[in-house]
Amino acid sequence: MLIEALELVFSGDPTFLEITTRSILISGTATLLSALWGAPIGMILGLKKFRGKTLLKSLFNALLGIPTVALGLILYLFLSRSGPLGFLEILYTPVGIIIGQSILITPITVSFVTSAIESVDPEIRDLARTLGASETRASITVLGESSSGFLLAIIASFNRAIAELGVALMIGGNIKGITRVLTTTIALETTRGEVVLAIALAIILLTLVSVLTLSINLIQRLRT
Amino acid sequence: MKRNKVIWTSIVIIAIVVSIFSTAYYVGAFASKRSKLVIATTTSLFDTGLLDEVKDRFEAEYPIDLYFISVGTGLAIEHAERGDADMILVHDPSSESTFLSDGYGLCRKIIAYNFFVIVGPEDDPAEIKDLSPLEALTNIVEAGRNEEAKWVSRGDNSGTHSKEKSLWIMAGFDYNELTNEGWYIEAGAGMGTTLGISNTYSAYTLADLGTYLAYYDYGVPSPGKISLVVLVDQGQELLNVYSAIAVNPSMRPKVNFEGAITFMEFLISEEGQNLLGEYGQEDYGQSLFFPAVELLKENTDPTLVDWIEDYAYIDGEECPPEYQDGHPELYV
Repeated sequence: MLIEALELVFSGDPTFLEITTRSILISGTATLLSALWGAPIGMILGLKKFRGKTLLKSLFNALLGIPTVALGLILYLFLSRSGPLGFLEILYTPVGIIIGQSILITPITVSFVTSAIESVDPEIRDLARTLGASETRASITVLGESSSGFLLAIIASFNRAIAELGVALMIGGNIKGITRVLTTTIALETTRGEVVLAIALAIILLTLVSVLTLSINLIQRLRT
Repeated sequence: MKRNKVIWTSIVIIAIVVSIFSTAYYVGAFASKRSKLVIATTTSLFDTGLLDEVKDRFEAEYPIDLYFISVGTGLAIEHAERGDADMILVHDPSSESTFLSDGYGLCRKIIAYNFFVIVGPEDDPAEIKDLSPLEALTNIVEAGRNEEAKWVSRGDNSGTHSKEKSLWIMAGFDYNELTNEGWYIEAGAGMGTTLGISNTYSAYTLADLGTYLAYYDYGVPSPGKISLVVLVDQGQELLNVYSAIAVNPSMRPKVNFEGAITFMEFLISEEGQNLLGEYGQEDYGQSLFFPAVELLKENTDPTLVDWIEDYAYIDGEECPPEYQDGHPELYV
């Protein structure tokens, strides 16, 4: 069975390529969006001191494990034509999934960026200041030092987005050629009794996620 | 610092590449001049692969893209009432009737029929093989209460689940009481998963033929497939009728009503009906669905037509005139 599935993976079937590309594009765009707003939030949480900071940090940490079906359901009710955001007409479109996934992974981006910045040796910041750098300049130096943490944040967010099912299924609707991504296809083909096909797609998904995770490890070991 | 530079550069490069590709991709997708028609459909039509073929054929002829959302009949109607679907393909006459009388549905058209099957373990502990459906259910209850047999129910408000409920009632049982008994297992899942559960428990279940055939292992055990066999497949009570209903644009102004009518006309055309009737011949050597339009129009098989009228007509008609909304041509 595994062998049959592997044969399918390497058969070069164009639908495989299409679904994989769509998955990467949708989740990639979602990651980009969440980095757009998640990274600044993470930077502020990591660099500044203000009232309620601990509360905000624990809120994002709590949201890390938000169940994807719950988020999918809430978003569905908002985006439905009878819902408050129905006029946007993005239910059952890739844009809908992108927005859903970007919300889903924002807590991951924020938490990872925050801890990346906090893990930079505080002496570096002090050193920058003693060398006459302004507050902003010192912050940029700290940011520059936290690059691998940033990359980790991005890859972890992307992995969560590409591997989630709830949002893609409920907001995307698993429409052939439009919103059918790796996870929804795996679910569908299993329901259809096409287990070999489902395994083949699962192999692609697992490979994708593992390669990314391995590459972070390699990058982090690059000589400084 | 060298490592940091490498990483920052690569992050920026990845971001640029993703933005370029995704912009190109979505601009391409939105540039399409084709209108879109969202159809919430019962899983049995979709999971068999029939609708993929219908989609290919229809989209080649008309400037309309079909978006199928595969859910159970209950959820399909819910989607339609919220205006998220333009049309539904379902198989539950009583909830279809409510859908019409609540004002959400228009232009109901019966498109196909087939028969449900009762499947179970090959050794058949309740001895139901070739009995009538209602006798079979009575035997299963008896065997269940003697701890000799089990029954798995979809339990998900789908058309199949609704059929199962009505069968228990016809056989003289109190459905709500049965659900509390130990041998009665509620899956709360789609047909495929329900078949898998029944297989694991060596239980009986009600299934649509298409999904069953997709799962059957043909005597060669393999993971993900099932070894349950068809035990009862004859009888008026097992009739299953599929209809198409458009969503009423005066209730949900944004729906694509014209598109729904175009697709409905395609489904009841000779081409559409042949497509339905021939599907499955290639893969399973038998049809999974039978076209209903010609049958009802010409009354080619009076007994069967009586059964369909009896089971699936609303107030004695396929679609009462007040719901035909200026499209009487669908009904001649």
